[in-house]
Amino acid sequence: MSLFEREALDPSPKVSDEIRKTTCYMCACRCGINVHLRDNKVRYIEGNRDHPVNKGVLCAKGSAGIMQHYSPARLKKPLKRVGERGKAEFQEIEWDEAMELATSWLKDIRETDPKRLAFFTGRDQSQSLTGFWAQAYGTPNYAAHGGFCSVNMAAAGIYTMGGAFWEFGQPDWERSKMFMIFGVAEDHDSNPIKMGLSRLKERGAKIVGVNPVRTGYNAIADEWVGITPGTDGLFILALIHELLRAGKIDLDYLIRYTNAPWLVIRDPDAKDHGLFARNDEGEVLVWDREAKACVSQKQTGVKPGLKGEVTLPDGRKAVPAFELLAEKYLDEAYAPDAVAAQTGVSAAQIKRLAAELAHTAFEEEIVIDQPWTDMKGERHEKMIGRPVAFHAMRGISAHSNGFQTCRSLHLLQILLGSIECPGGFRFKPPYPKPMEAHPTPHAEYAANSPLPGPHLGYPRGPEDLALNEDGTAKRIDKAFSWDAPMSVHGMMHMVVSNAYAGDPYPVDVLFMYMANMSWNSSMNSRGVMEMLEAKDENGEYVIPKIIYSDAYSSEMVAYADLVLPDTTYLERHDCISLLDRPICEPDAVADSIRWPVVEPDRDVRGFQSVVIDLGARLGLPGFVNEDGSAKFSDYADYIVSHERKPGIGPLSGWRGENADQAGRGAPNPDQLKRYIDNGGFWIEHIPAEAQFFKHANAAYQDWAVGKGFFDAPQPVTFQLYLEPLRKFQLTAEGKADQTPPEHLKARIRDCFDPLPIWYAPFEGTMIDEGEYPLHAITQRPAAMYHSWGSQNAWLRQIHGTNPMYVPGDVCDAQGLKDGDWAWVISQHGRIKVPVMRMEAVNSKTLWTWNAIGKRAGAWGLSEDAPETKKGFLLNHLIHELLPENGDGMRWSNSDPITGQAAWYDLRVRVEKAEAGDELSEPRFDAQKGPAEAGPSELRYGKEWTK
Amino acid sequence: MTSLPTHTEKALGLVIDLDICVGCHACVVNCKEWNTGGYGAPLSDQNPYGADPVGSWLNRIHTFEVEASDGSGCSSSEAQILANGKDARIVHFPKSCLHCEDAPCVTVCPTGASYKRTEDGIVLVNEDWCIGCGLCAWSCPYGAREMDAAEGVMKKCTLCVDRIYNENIPEEDREPACVRTCPANARHFGDFSDPNSDVSVMVAERGGMDLMPEQGTKPVNKYLPPRPKSRPVQSAPSDLAALAEPEAKGFLGWLDSALEKMG
Amino acid sequence: MHPASSIIVFTTLSGMGFGLIAMLGLGAAPSDGTAGLVVCALSFILTGIGLASSTFHLGHPERAWRALTQWRSSWLSREGVLAVVTLGIFAIYAALWVFAADRVAVVGILLTLLSLVTVYATAMIYGSLKTVPRWRTGLTPLCYLLFAVAGGALLAATVSALMGHGAENTLYAALVLMVIAWGAKFVWWNRSDRTTLASIGSSPETATGLGDIGKVRLLEAPHSSPNYLMKEMVYRVGRKHAQKLRLMAVALGGGIPVLALLAAVVSAGGGFILVIAVLSHLVGMMTERWLFFAEAEHSVSLYYGHR
Repeated sequence: MSLFEREALDPSPKVSDEIRKTTCYMCACRCGINVHLRDNKVRYIEGNRDHPVNKGVLCAKGSAGIMQHYSPARLKKPLKRVGERGKAEFQEIEWDEAMELATSWLKDIRETDPKRLAFFTGRDQSQSLTGFWAQAYGTPNYAAHGGFCSVNMAAAGIYTMGGAFWEFGQPDWERSKMFMIFGVAEDHDSNPIKMGLSRLKERGAKIVGVNPVRTGYNAIADEWVGITPGTDGLFILALIHELLRAGKIDLDYLIRYTNAPWLVIRDPDAKDHGLFARNDEGEVLVWDREAKACVSQKQTGVKPGLKGEVTLPDGRKAVPAFELLAEKYLDEAYAPDAVAAQTGVSAAQIKRLAAELAHTAFEEEIVIDQPWTDMKGERHEKMIGRPVAFHAMRGISAHSNGFQTCRSLHLLQILLGSIECPGGFRFKPPYPKPMEAHPTPHAEYAANSPLPGPHLGYPRGPEDLALNEDGTAKRIDKAFSWDAPMSVHGMMHMVVSNAYAGDPYPVDVLFMYMANMSWNSSMNSRGVMEMLEAKDENGEYVIPKIIYSDAYSSEMVAYADLVLPDTTYLERHDCISLLDRPICEPDAVADSIRWPVVEPDRDVRGFQSVVIDLGARLGLPGFVNEDGSAKFSDYADYIVSHERKPGIGPLSGWRGENADQAGRGAPNPDQLKRYIDNGGFWIEHIPAEAQFFKHANAAYQDWAVGKGFFDAPQPVTFQLYLEPLRKFQLTAEGKADQTPPEHLKARIRDCFDPLPIWYAPFEGTMIDEGEYPLHAITQRPAAMYHSWGSQNAWLRQIHGTNPMYVPGDVCDAQGLKDGDWAWVISQHGRIKVPVMRMEAVNSKTLWTWNAIGKRAGAWGLSEDAPETKKGFLLNHLIHELLPENGDGMRWSNSDPITGQAAWYDLRVRVEKAEAGDELSEPRFDAQKGPAEAGPSELRYGKEWTK
Repeated sequence: MTSLPTHTEKALGLVIDLDICVGCHACVVNCKEWNTGGYGAPLSDQNPYGADPVGSWLNRIHTFEVEASDGSGCSSSEAQILANGKDARIVHFPKSCLHCEDAPCVTVCPTGASYKRTEDGIVLVNEDWCIGCGLCAWSCPYGAREMDAAEGVMKKCTLCVDRIYNENIPEEDREPACVRTCPANARHFGDFSDPNSDVSVMVAERGGMDLMPEQGTKPVNKYLPPRPKSRPVQSAPSDLAALAEPEAKGFLGWLDSALEKMG
Repeated sequence: MHPASSIIVFTTLSGMGFGLIAMLGLGAAPSDGTAGLVVCALSFILTGIGLASSTFHLGHPERAWRALTQWRSSWLSREGVLAVVTLGIFAIYAALWVFAADRVAVVGILLTLLSLVTVYATAMIYGSLKTVPRWRTGLTPLCYLLFAVAGGALLAATVSALMGHGAENTLYAALVLMVIAWGAKFVWWNRSDRTTLASIGSSPETATGLGDIGKVRLLEAPHSSPNYLMKEMVYRVGRKHAQKLRLMAVALGGGIPVLALLAAVVSAGGGFILVIAVLSHLVGMMTERWLFFAEAEHSVSLYYGHR
């Protein structure tokens, strides 16, 4: 080869030694990934083309998996605190010692007072195990992070129609012709949504983005609705007003699939005023227009009425729920002109969007030549589709009016007849799953005993609250109390402050997993840090013991007394189970696994295996054999061997001795191998005639029973009028056996309307709007997942700081320009932030990226990292309690129905600040690791290059 | 020789669809992870865990705000829906090497390290010859070249030349990593010298454009402009009032007749 | 553009060095062997430091020889080849001068031409870049050439004066060239202030193709910390700051040398004052060169919020 002759390029260089297929965990999407290994190192991670979730694509986070897996912030060994809490001064200990310590702390409590353990598991993807463990342990205090995430969305969906968005269902991307997307976090379900948006565009469908900020999905939407935060419900109800006014609703659909015709008792003084009229069998009554009689809604061949007062068999009066609904939303209060100022959306835009929805739904209906039979035995020759679809996430749910707003959106979908039809919104198995198919909550604890049922469930009414005789809360987070009666995901965000206050009672051990409570996962982060550090008069910590498991050197690690180091996602077993939050598609049932595609190079253990070990050491039922020996060797063993019910286990694929059963079947010891051989997942398609109208499709219901989702068919009647809410409302009206505390009566009466309503977010009504005229919200960067991304050498180069984006008019009024610093001030506190001007945003809304700011010393970053110096959190402006009410009480800053943290209710003002040292405020002392800052240079992949 | 070929057999390149790019950075990071262990030297990172982290990247996304200066660029319906704010929108803008036909980065190279392949038009750097003078980066109007601070050689998009012909990977994966990973399908790879190729057709249909045509670089990569916003649903009325039969008898009256019709 | 000190040193010192060689080729400086040794050594030192400095910013200086291969298309390569050839011939010329006290006039003329072409090539490295509109003008090589010969003449005159030889012609030449050079630079500056990215039709709108929609403004850069492109090509220098530096460049690079040359003409000697002039000129030229880079807008800046 001459010095001057270019070496011929090898067109086929070696890529890797081996590809191992597993499931991503760089966010909660759960995409399939091909992990290329070379020399036992990760060479490359790409999307798995066969996988139902991502079909080959992979986002920025997934593509940065290498840097997460080799992050210097990884914990290496169990740690025992030696310094003061918050300093992160630890001593490395052996696993034996760690497990003995944890066991000794937990054993005492279980034997005496199990409620003194609070076990909360953050962004856990193994809630079916952790919940099962907590139930066996017997503490009433268990939940994951749904309470501060998006419980409004989940709860409103389940209560209204048996499922919500994301893992519950998705738009019919292949057929929808008009799509509206509300307040979506770009780090959740992100690949499927991006793929779906692309499909919609290819087909020429119209996309409407409803969000105060016009980035991301809203940037590419065909139309943007720059709504004012917290007013989505009002906007949706105005659309409904328009549709009703013009009669553009699907009456046939409402009669067949909803409780629109169900009769609501009108007997103002009775205890059942506003509840459904029922016959002796407990079946709800409807008015048969032909027979002119009240008959059971279950009866076939009925022509139910939708309006008019009728006389019930007992002589009392009742009206169909639909009449109440129509009266409510035809009110001028919901007219577009009446809501324009409040929502920031012009009346003309609301009217036009309503017209476009109606036009698309009814003039452009889709017909699929697929006969099917409904649950009443009626055969339909075709499937009729209303091709309008919707999707929503935290933007509409993380408000104190979020539950009702989410219900409003479902009401809109249902009035248009667009749930579970071609072109509309489609459920993913095992959803739809009505409230009745979910458990009620359980909190009846006793020493040395498991809880009689699962912690989390769907209260049907006040009878299902987790209250003591004296009305105090049974749970540390006060979930299922009058504070938040339908807090179906618990209220993790209240745990630390309640435990600190000893209200309703103190705890001995706070046991948490993967939840950065001392930083970005809490409101009032400084307050939470102080509570975790607080000592009593004896010099003992108020929260005596904290066990925390995390894979990385997060801010929360600094507050733990015992740190159990978890593995990275490439080193662990996991199951994405149908018992938990599955990865199904509208056309198919699916589940998947993670498995150790690389072995840990540190002394760490998967948290789930640790929990199983703890269960065995504590002798918990379900975790030990009769002789007291451990039932499972580790999580992998549990995944394969555990049976929740006979034949039903964590994984549905390849069950049975011959690996030929799906859904139901005996445990198969080779199950994991079958998953691995199949690319890490299992999928089975739904028969064609069962693919739509699942809530009422006999073929689907039979298929679902066969797969073990249910033991009997669980058809869903969509609940436009939600009776459980009315039951709570009756307590506030003094017409029930239970009575809420005086100070909560008014809001239960006002907010628990059985028909979706809109009320102003609480914070905004309790402050002086003149003083705090603006809203401040976060958006999720698509290339970051919560606080995780900052330790990632690649992702942090994209989002290492977060300016506060300020609307141009506000900049002009305050004399702010790009690069200036400003104080953003709320009723709770103030933060100093760098400013960036923006015009494509709601004119009253400031926003910034979520969870970029870091505490110095955390996440394996140097103390002068930009995340620390310039990055900031909005959390410091948000208090877990609202300002003092007229009665001297402070309400929780959350939805009164579900307890969802009302992150986006925040009201602020902005003032120019001296740039000074150009450091964001507030500032905190640095924590000392425990992980040390990483190397000063990376040349990843050097060994594979020339 | 760093003269440009007078003709290339193919003109491989990318179409980037600005109408659908949501700015998720998937292409950016996947490019980095593929290429840091692939063609030539790794893409190093300096201060990866410290102040001002910086590294070599071959593909990047800028986010631009575009404001119609006088409202004339938008239809009246657009002005109406934006009553709430200004007529401003966001465009996410991925940018990597455009593999120009008249690539100045090639001709300025003093060593012959930079070259444009005659077989497919890909502009490459032969890193064994590169002295790291940086002049090619200066000559590129687009910022497509990237001096690696650790390795001292010029890095750039290779159009994944180590993937597109690679027999060690499945045929369907023989496309650039950014294209394969893009969740929104905003990136397309193909041969622009073939007027019937998917990319050529797309460019013709959607008005694919050159960046900075005044620089005379004749980029191969093309950008599809964002479609007009506020496209109303075709033939939909702008206001339901026109359709509102119930007005006369009221909604409940309408309900009666509607139910009658249903039978 | 980032004003890298290696490139500033390279262009100023090699410019001055080749300028000196050009003047020597025309017969400047005393012809005795000692004087030859001094001026030739000075030429080699200046061009040597300059060229060596140009390799300091290379990622792989050990491969620098490769830069001599692409003279057909690359001005940088041409510059390298020309420098090597010029210095090679100059070495022979210098050897004959120093050891045989023979200044071969034909070779001298050849060297003058080669030196000028070398400086021209240096200037064209920048002057050929379409991406930097204020560089892309014939005025750029003109300024480089004039500064080179002015500096070379100043040096030649200084050495002559120091060695006790009268060198009136060289003094006059230096004086005239110095004035013309700065005159040219004024024209260059005047043009550069009018020749922006915008004036050649480039803008964030053309850079993104989004001009049909409206006015384009960067909202979020690809990275939250400055990247290579920003550090290298999106250098910003304040307007007031630049004005001050221009004044300083003219005063030190032109004003003081001209006064010193006048003084030397009047006093028919003045070696010391000319040394001051040389040093002042050098500092002035470095300032001029710093501004040449620092003030230059590169089209990449359009993607990074520049308008």
